[in-house]
Amino acid sequence: MSVPVLDVQGLAYAYPDGHQALFGVDLHVHRGERVALLGPNGAGKTTFVLHLNGILTAGAGTVSVSGLAVEKANVAEIRRRVGVVFQDPDDQLFMGTVRADVAFGPANLGLTRAEVDHRVVTALEAVGMAEHADRPPHHLSFGQRRRVAVATVLAMQPEILVLDEPSSNLDPASRRELADIVRSLDVTVLMVTHDLPYALELCPRSVVLSGGAVVADGATYDVLVDEELMRAHRLELPFGFDPRTTRNPRIDGTLAP
Amino acid sequence: MGAGHGHTLHFHGHSAVHRAPAHLKILALLTFVLVVVATPREWYPVFALHLALVVGVAVVSRVPAVYLLKRMVVEVPFVVFAVLLPFVAHGPRTDVLGLSLSESGLLGAWGLLVKGTLGVLASLVLAATTEPQDLLVGLQRLRLPSQLVQIMGFMVRYLEVVTTEMHRMRIARESRGFVARNPRHWPVLARSMGALFIRSYERGERVHLAMLSRGYTGELPR
Repeated sequence: MSVPVLDVQGLAYAYPDGHQALFGVDLHVHRGERVALLGPNGAGKTTFVLHLNGILTAGAGTVSVSGLAVEKANVAEIRRRVGVVFQDPDDQLFMGTVRADVAFGPANLGLTRAEVDHRVVTALEAVGMAEHADRPPHHLSFGQRRRVAVATVLAMQPEILVLDEPSSNLDPASRRELADIVRSLDVTVLMVTHDLPYALELCPRSVVLSGGAVVADGATYDVLVDEELMRAHRLELPFGFDPRTTRNPRIDGTLAP
Repeated sequence: MGAGHGHTLHFHGHSAVHRAPAHLKILALLTFVLVVVATPREWYPVFALHLALVVGVAVVSRVPAVYLLKRMVVEVPFVVFAVLLPFVAHGPRTDVLGLSLSESGLLGAWGLLVKGTLGVLASLVLAATTEPQDLLVGLQRLRLPSQLVQIMGFMVRYLEVVTTEMHRMRIARESRGFVARNPRHWPVLARSMGALFIRSYERGERVHLAMLSRGYTGELPR
């Protein structure tokens, strides 16, 4: 098999105060996959994400992205390869205009002005926000800001897009628009969430992180219908949602009968 | 999210004053304020000239006078201080409307009032005709250290986020029956401010992480 885009082996991490968040996580994500990382609050999902682009350094184990190890010496290239979209778009969008914000990443890569402009336009078009390029981020709706946050990362042309709780605080229409955008992108996606219907809709494969370790890895449908597994790890389907009876043509052919 | 549109000081328009390059406007304001401050307060006609200049610019900018006047309330603390001066200053006294006032105090009050008012009015005209973003670009062109411009940029960007957060915290407090009426309630307000400070600090850290994730190395791209 080819080199995985994301190759995590035995990743363990304890915070400086001694609290251990990750106990040996193994995960492989291959090119073109869309994988959901599921887990209850406090499972270590965000801690895990911060290891993928070298913000936190592994206590034990290794992380590599397309064969390049995440370590101090490679950090600039790693951050180009791994695009993290954080949960609160207000944390991510800090420049005066949408355009300047999307240009921030590519400009840090040292691209020429023309290349940066080109990437900004392409990224904003991909999320349907090109017409808002010259507006300040705080004038946009929450859903628009989330889409711009995705564009800021797309502009760096990452090999893997990491979305932290992409559906949180979105109204159903914005949520669907974001899903359409994610589906339209030709990029590997790791989606961290506890929004299980969203995971089923977008990701053929799911990995369950609980208590700082991977406890399940398989087809999203199989994970969601495994009641015992779900109960053991504080994962609950929302009221009225049953993957067995969900028939949605948009789900990528992962539905069992 | 009740994101208000535009900053409260900016008045949208397309006049020559609006279109002038921000760095020239900043330089003009700075020069004007320095000249006003340096004008001896006894040169009364010169102040009329200064005033005519600011009013002239305001007229050209087509910013309504009421708009500017309303925003001049920021000057009130200085006005109060200026009004007190004639009563508390020493030296020879003169009678005005049956009140015994200090002459040097009157002159001092006049100086403070006229220079303060001209300065505030000129600054308001600049603020009303220049987007905060353009002001930052102007300051950058004037070679202000980029660290300072960055800090101001973050202030402009997050001012609204923080004030909205403060507003939400107040609503949450009041929803639980708390209204600050007297000093006994101040400890609660102090704790709220503390919480707001910590939240903002933590947001700062998250923003920094998000910047590092996009390859930030200490310099903002131009």
